[in-house]
Amino acid sequence: MVICRNINKTYGEVVALRDINLHVRKGELFGLIGPDGAGKTSLFRILVTLILPDSGQARVNGLDVTTSLKEIRRSVGYMPGRFSLYQDLSVEENLKFFATVFNTSVEANYELIRDIYVQIEPFRKRRAGKLSGGMKQKLALCCALIHSPEILFLDEPTTGVDPVSRVEFWDMLDRLRQRGITIMVSTPYMDEASRCNRIALMRDGRALSVDTPENIRASFSRPLYALRSAGMYALLNDLRGYEGAHSCYAFGDAHHLTLGSEADGAEAELRSWLDRKGYADAQLSRIEPCIEDCFMELARQ
Amino acid sequence: MNNVIETNQLTKRFGSFTAVNSISFSVGRGEIFGFLGANGAGKTTAMRMLCGLSVPTSGTARVAGFNVYNEQEKIKKSIGYMSQKFSLYADLRVWENIRLFGGIYGIHGKRLTEKTDELLDILDLRGERNTMVASLPLGWKQKLAFSVAIIHEPAIVFLDEPTGGVDPATRRQFWELIYQASARGITAFVTTHYMDEAEYCNRVSVMVDGKIEALDAPLALRQKYGAANMNEVFHGLARKAQRSDE
Repeated sequence: MVICRNINKTYGEVVALRDINLHVRKGELFGLIGPDGAGKTSLFRILVTLILPDSGQARVNGLDVTTSLKEIRRSVGYMPGRFSLYQDLSVEENLKFFATVFNTSVEANYELIRDIYVQIEPFRKRRAGKLSGGMKQKLALCCALIHSPEILFLDEPTTGVDPVSRVEFWDMLDRLRQRGITIMVSTPYMDEASRCNRIALMRDGRALSVDTPENIRASFSRPLYALRSAGMYALLNDLRGYEGAHSCYAFGDAHHLTLGSEADGAEAELRSWLDRKGYADAQLSRIEPCIEDCFMELARQ
Repeated sequence: MNNVIETNQLTKRFGSFTAVNSISFSVGRGEIFGFLGANGAGKTTAMRMLCGLSVPTSGTARVAGFNVYNEQEKIKKSIGYMSQKFSLYADLRVWENIRLFGGIYGIHGKRLTEKTDELLDILDLRGERNTMVASLPLGWKQKLAFSVAIIHEPAIVFLDEPTGGVDPATRRQFWELIYQASARGITAFVTTHYMDEAEYCNRVSVMVDGKIEALDAPLALRQKYGAANMNEVFHGLARKAQRSDE
């Protein structure tokens, strides 16, 4: 449904995208995962034909983004990162407006948005500008869906949203995907990677890795340990000075340490080093990497 | 013990709506305190009262020893504030931002000059003194914003979702700055939507529907609720919420 080949985009001196290569299959929930400045928004804007790439090719639904603007715009739904609805129109007026722009009616496609719209229907007379964050997000999703697009592009729909509402939003996306809609979604939250079929980890305009979350985690090649002890901050600083350490990061209630080598005895060596440093109480366990471990490792390379 | 925040049945109503419902808690000097809750739980309203920006409806609170009802200006001088949404002026240079906020926080003349140099040294930003803040990488901006928020060595720094959208490695460097400030005795009062960050806090509270439903060290909360991590603790509590973020 989406194909990007060697996409580059610069704004003056700033390089927004460097040689992006990826494809999104029909019916897939595909995640662009990375911090601010990674290039996620620029890539979306190219794919929905709002800006042109400097070089490279992109196709959406088989159509070239530089020549088939009208056709692409009819078949995609786009929810920009910043709230983009008309603040002084009511909830139902916004929805009707977007349906009319696409030459359809709310009634014709109501089935598609019903699950989401019923949650904001009690406020249908309220101006969009007066809605809370979570409600705005649901209205924006309804407006992006009302012309029954084949592909949805959602730019950071869960940013700034609390963890419980984020889970609910991903559940909504799951249901849309089950109805056959292809979805491309971006997020800075690494833990949301597992909700996607495939992801691109992005940083500074590059795609560090494009694959399923499982494959990305499986390709993490270094031995990874979680460490806990009484003096966590001192431990972190000391671990950075450990000769066998490749990297060490604070990870919630534990520190994640990767070793430079998988050699036999590396773990025993680490244990005795911890004892010598006065961390006799330290708990050490070999763990599987999460996507955030993978992201930080790829970013180091 | 010197608590820098003490509240007793602190309440704020807007008409018939009770945004903050009788919350009582204290935060110690140098403590890193996580203030969690779903959107609409009442965090922002509570924080505005503690910052001296909003007068409570009832209850009491002292922040840095000052009363939130009638010593609000003294409170403002004793705290720092930083959020992801607003922190620095993008169209001012690095040194201009430091001078502006230093001045607002009551530092002037020679002391401000010294503080500026010291801060640029610590952050390794000496070469960027004349750079427009708009052109700094986000991670640098955030570290600068934090350092500016504590330039006057406040009793408490309020951090309102400080790390949203930041690169994972940079997010961790940012937390190290918080640890360093805490070691100097500055209390950090932090809201975040990253549940792994809640684990970095000495204690966390979880607000649900205007009330504090849980307050303890992350490990104690995990044990109490039989949860593997703070994410599970939060979901277990926040799912009980009756009111949405309306």
